Amino acid sequence: MSLPLPLLLLLSPLLASVASFALPERWAIWRDAANLLSALTTLLLVGALLARAQAGLDSEWRYEFLPRHDFVLRADALSLLFVTLSTSLWLVTTVYAIAYFERGPNLPRFFGFFNLCVLSATGVALSGTAITFFLFYELLTLATWPLVVHKGDDKSLAAGRTYLTYTLAGSVAFLGGILWLTALVGPVEFDALPDLAAVSRLTLTLIFVLCVGGLGVKAALVPLHGWLPQAMAAPAPVSALLHAVAVVKAGAYGIVRIVHHVFGTETMAALGLGTALAALASVTIIYGSLWALVQTDIKKRLAYSTVSQVSYIVLGASLAEPVAAIGGLVHLVHQGVMKITLFMCAGALANRTGITQVSELNGAGRTMPVTMAAFTMAALGMIGVPPIAGFVSKWYLGLGGLQAGAPWVVAVLAGSALLNAAYFLPLLYRAWLLPQRVATARVEELSGTWNLALILPLVVTALMSLAAGLFAATELSPLGWARLIVEGGYL
Amino acid sequence: MTPVDILVPVPLAFIVLSLLAPRRPGLILALAVPAMLVLAGWLVTLPADAVRAVGGWDPPLGILLRADGLARIMVPAAALTATLTGLSALREFHGDTAHGPARAETFWPLFYLIWAAANAAFLTTDLFNLYVALELAGLAAVAMVAMGSVQAALRYLLVALMGSAFYLLGVALVLNRYATVDVMLLADRAEADLVTVLALAAMSGGLAVKAALFPLHGWLPLAHVAAPAPASALLSGLVVKIAFVIAVRLWFEGFAPAASPAGLQVLGWLGMLAVIFGSLMAIRQEQLKPLVAYSTVAQIGYLFLAFPIVGAAADPANAWASMSLHAGAHMLAKAAMFLAAGVLIKAVNGGEIAGLGGCARAMPLTVAAFGLAAVSLMGLPPSGGFAAKFLMVDAALRLGAALEATVILLGGLLAAIYLFRPMAAMFAREGAPEPAPGTKAASAAAFSLALTAVLAGFAGGWLSEIAVIGAPFGTEASR
Repeated sequence: MSLPLPLLLLLSPLLASVASFALPERWAIWRDAANLLSALTTLLLVGALLARAQAGLDSEWRYEFLPRHDFVLRADALSLLFVTLSTSLWLVTTVYAIAYFERGPNLPRFFGFFNLCVLSATGVALSGTAITFFLFYELLTLATWPLVVHKGDDKSLAAGRTYLTYTLAGSVAFLGGILWLTALVGPVEFDALPDLAAVSRLTLTLIFVLCVGGLGVKAALVPLHGWLPQAMAAPAPVSALLHAVAVVKAGAYGIVRIVHHVFGTETMAALGLGTALAALASVTIIYGSLWALVQTDIKKRLAYSTVSQVSYIVLGASLAEPVAAIGGLVHLVHQGVMKITLFMCAGALANRTGITQVSELNGAGRTMPVTMAAFTMAALGMIGVPPIAGFVSKWYLGLGGLQAGAPWVVAVLAGSALLNAAYFLPLLYRAWLLPQRVATARVEELSGTWNLALILPLVVTALMSLAAGLFAATELSPLGWARLIVEGGYL
Repeated sequence: MTPVDILVPVPLAFIVLSLLAPRRPGLILALAVPAMLVLAGWLVTLPADAVRAVGGWDPPLGILLRADGLARIMVPAAALTATLTGLSALREFHGDTAHGPARAETFWPLFYLIWAAANAAFLTTDLFNLYVALELAGLAAVAMVAMGSVQAALRYLLVALMGSAFYLLGVALVLNRYATVDVMLLADRAEADLVTVLALAAMSGGLAVKAALFPLHGWLPLAHVAAPAPASALLSGLVVKIAFVIAVRLWFEGFAPAASPAGLQVLGWLGMLAVIFGSLMAIRQEQLKPLVAYSTVAQIGYLFLAFPIVGAAADPANAWASMSLHAGAHMLAKAAMFLAAGVLIKAVNGGEIAGLGGCARAMPLTVAAFGLAAVSLMGLPPSGGFAAKFLMVDAALRLGAALEATVILLGGLLAAIYLFRPMAAMFAREGAPEPAPGTKAASAAAFSLALTAVLAGFAGGWLSEIAVIGAPFGTEASR
């Protein structure tokens, strides 16, 4: 075995985290350099990991961290999908975060915990056993809390309290579920389905409820989603990377793992759990969209949209049908890229012009045209307008629903698309077509390093969401990858 | 010579030294720390069957000192805790103008006395020697409490003496019945007759008082809050564990034949009640130090909660290891938390949780220490506390003990509720606390202790292997 690449992949953000904590606050340049260097290194490491996977080499690292329980990092096709997503968006968000905060207070702490979050998300992706997954899943909770309360005002502290109440309760349920299963069938590894034949149906159902209930908190499944809109009190880079990508995706990714690599579609079908989960996901999709409609705060509207969109992934996993599974997996990437764009745009607007409410958006297209163009691209993608990424996900999900004999999925998707249009189009209308209420000078978005570093990341992710849709047919697109995972039998 | 022989005499010698040179605590500590750490490290690496009969006589004439797994976890944990608490005490009492030098001069002999007594309790297998160790540690603890409040100390003394009396009564019954007080000999001779059961009950009652097991915990919050921070760290981290270790020796080694499942279950229930009650009381506190003290009541509960699990398990290795891991991890984390709390309370000039605003900005190292200690106490990964509770839940579920498993998991949730409240207060924007002069050492010590408690979680496999050395069940077959 050569270098333990998966381990190095965790080491890189860890070093950046330690450097951020340890460097004096005024050494901001060095802190920024350490963060960017580590994000770049991680991306290179992921590249190396992908090359190894391409060559058919196994990348695994394990040690016995407790008697009978191994700590396993393994890069399979599914983990590579998630890890590539989180590390590329991490680099983008690091640039954005540096520009967003400029030289504000408490940044050593912020970047220290920010890197710990990335470490946790990477660990979640690479976990080869349920216990390893739990370790990182929990670390993610702990490392995000200081970011949620970063501002230290009453609203943030209250959001932090809600966040912990939900996530820690969820973790306890999840831990109970996997320990129960471990007590019955031995350590749960993701590379082979455990033998569940000897376990009673009731027990299996309860374990499934515990696991998905625990994971559903982070995945923001209704009625466990209450923390997410409140957590928008956090600074924009946190909302962008963590609440659009890392945290909610950790939950969704965990559900995919549980469904496909612990229970397996056959057991799920035998217990009738797939249909139940699909129903829950559908309710969440519609419910989130409805609530997004009535939000007047831009970030809150985006948050409810996340509630709705993340459940596409769960829906894809629960239908037990290959095409739907592809749709769900590819949405893991597509939703991440589009939603991070939207949040970064919202952050840039708030940061440079003070716009936080929907009603203040009038004429914003004239104040910040580049930002609003990126926002428009991502919003249209969310609605499902071809050829942007969101369309591809919905196409596959709908097709999968039909093939699985669940035509109601198409109705859910269509309803959701209508609702998406209903809550996104008014924003675009206000920004581009309505006159400004108070005449504000145009922000020079692309002049000066700070502005450039703030705007470029969101332009990059907007273009990524377009490219993911345009080139969906190629092998290297997220769709090509998701097809490889499903059709290659990695699921 | 082996470290088993001198782990007790060496700290005793330092008592004498600190009495002879009361004005040179730094120098004495500089001698004691490397010596004790080397001895503790040496102890861990001894061959698995290391047993030492003092004076070369086998029991019942000589006294056995035994380096079993429990001792190999507890002695190094105690050495680390004492070392870092000592370092922070050095600064705490050194510049103390309010109380004069007398306070410092009383602290150091007591400090080494507790260290010696703890090592003796962890290594010896003689019921009477265990009594002496328990008593000495208890008296030193009372004296330390008296440095803060004589009233709390007197109350503690009264309760501690009652505990000792019950324990001694049990020892007398045992001596009368079996003509030996050596745990290893008793293991072969003990029968489940009335006298033995009575003796076990009396000793356990006494130990439950000393370990502050619910409902006999009433003295602990008063005493641990009254003592100065380094003393609280020693009392809550180290001293209560002595009674726990003796209880393990009694129930699983000396009196295993008389330790009925019903008796173990009673201890388990008390442990569960302690977890719930201690946590609920901690949640209700408005002051930081009582919160940390009630957390000890809850965490002690886990140790006894594990008793019926170890007793009933077909393969008790993991459950057994979880007890030692929990005792060790709690020792480090709780000492860290008391030290950090001491620094925080000084900085904001009051013990109100609500008044901790701004601490995260002004004193990041101290808050980090508190936070890391909290992670281990809550049993969140990756930490020693997580490893211990994980193994405990795992063992409970293998037995089908769903109630115990639920209480352990819920206890973690309750701990999160009471520990995140002060954390959130520290992150609040209002308030600009000034770190008190001379508290840097305490913060650094607290951080090191908490970090060790967290890092222990990564070595859970290795620590578990050590913990089952010489355990009272076949260790080879059990893995």
